Amino acid sequence: MEAVLKVEDINVYYGSIHAIKGISFEVNQGEIVTLIGANGAGKSTTLNTIAGLLNSHTGAIQFMGENLGKIAAHKIVSKGLALVPEGRRIFLQMTVQENLEMGAYTNRGDLREDIEKVYGYFPRLKERYKQIGGTLSGGEQQMLAMGRALMSRPKVIMLDEPSMGLAPILVEEIFNIIQNLHQSGTTILLVEQNAQAALSVADRGYVLETGKIVLSGTGAELLGAPEIKKAYLGG
Amino acid sequence: MTFLNFLISGISLGSIYAIIALGYTMVYGIAKMLNFAHGDVIMVGAYICFYAISRFELPPLVGILLAMIVCMLLGIIIERLAYKPLRSAPSLAVLITAIGVSYFLQNAALLLWTPNPKVFPSVVGDGKVELFGGQLTISHVTIVTIVACVAIMIFLTVFTESTKMGKAMRACSEDKGAAQLMGINVNATISITFAIGSGLAAIAGALLCSAYPTLIPTTGSMPGIKAFTAAVFGGIGSIPGALLGGLLLGVIEIFAKAYISTQLSDAIVFAVLIIVLLVKPAGLLGKQIREKV
Repeated sequence: MEAVLKVEDINVYYGSIHAIKGISFEVNQGEIVTLIGANGAGKSTTLNTIAGLLNSHTGAIQFMGENLGKIAAHKIVSKGLALVPEGRRIFLQMTVQENLEMGAYTNRGDLREDIEKVYGYFPRLKERYKQIGGTLSGGEQQMLAMGRALMSRPKVIMLDEPSMGLAPILVEEIFNIIQNLHQSGTTILLVEQNAQAALSVADRGYVLETGKIVLSGTGAELLGAPEIKKAYLGG
Repeated sequence: MTFLNFLISGISLGSIYAIIALGYTMVYGIAKMLNFAHGDVIMVGAYICFYAISRFELPPLVGILLAMIVCMLLGIIIERLAYKPLRSAPSLAVLITAIGVSYFLQNAALLLWTPNPKVFPSVVGDGKVELFGGQLTISHVTIVTIVACVAIMIFLTVFTESTKMGKAMRACSEDKGAAQLMGINVNATISITFAIGSGLAAIAGALLCSAYPTLIPTTGSMPGIKAFTAAVFGGIGSIPGALLGGLLLGVIEIFAKAYISTQLSDAIVFAVLIIVLLVKPAGLLGKQIREKV
């Protein structure tokens, strides 16, 4: 298998705090790969670094053979790498439709087909297309954030805690959509605190602890690993 | 009839405040900073326009266009040199820098153009319209000012609501990080915002000096502060708020001058501001910031 995204030995600091300590991992074409770990383990920092919002002092981030190291954040999305950030961060004062248009900012030409495709994944957004983002429920905002990222026609989509703060039924719905996306050929890098749900859909996973990868394996292997059971799955 | 006369003067003055306030409010909305040098950009625009018309005898419209171009470039340069390096600094540092830029521009103007007042030629001539058998006179400057303000308002509203660039500006105003993830070049968007605000300042400068023709290096500072007040009054960050705030401020100022006291007019204007902010801290049309967690 061919790695579309390859992270090699990145180190990220917040001021004097060493948040990411030499992480390396890869995501292959068509896979769902998950990074799991507790709060503050460095999961979101890793994704934000890949997306160009933060910088690594060392190492390299290769996306489809190209080094993203020196590329500005706003140029990365047009290369086919989209991030759905933690906390959704949709534009609360813009309508659903406008949020989707912003997602396609780098695409030229007709957006109708892309918008219809997103509404296909998230019919609820279609019903609310004129509504202001801030009036949506948490689950709908998560759907909008994912739909917005899909508008850039990404080859790899990175999801940062899509289940955060959602009711169990909505978590299930979001994970169903993640699997639908996977089946339609999108490569997914998924960051989750909900280890159980993430590992059940993932092909492979990495476990982060205080800025380091401490364990890796297939989703099934990690689900069965005793240390994971103990630390993340409640025995 | 004098009441109507005062009202029209108030609306005209208010239109100038509104045009300046739009610059404040747009820059605040996107860069989240108060650009206290904005008033002095007005003065620079007025001087460019003055030299173009009086010395080089260019047509007034060409003079205004030239002033707009110079001010737009000036706005972009100020942002790049003075504000951009402080993008992640505390807002107090940016505020003090803006005040520094303001004094820099005033003193540069003193050096370049001397403190001697220039008599600004009206960009629309000295004509008047007389109504009701001469009881109500409206100067052409007044009419052009009000029309220009309305046209600018419509242009900006359509621009921010319907164009791709305008929507990108709104996105940057809400969340710069998320805007970057969409592929929006945040630095370029901020530059364009400064360019638009400064271009409007040039128009305001030409209109202001056409109505009040004495041009000195501090010409822009008082209207700048009043327009800032107007922007806060209407709700800073809001385009309709800038219009409403500007018009109200102009009308209150003229009425206070006419019916209460010329000396106290500024005090009255600012007293009204204080009262409004006590009752509505976000300004008349300001949005209360709500966050969903």
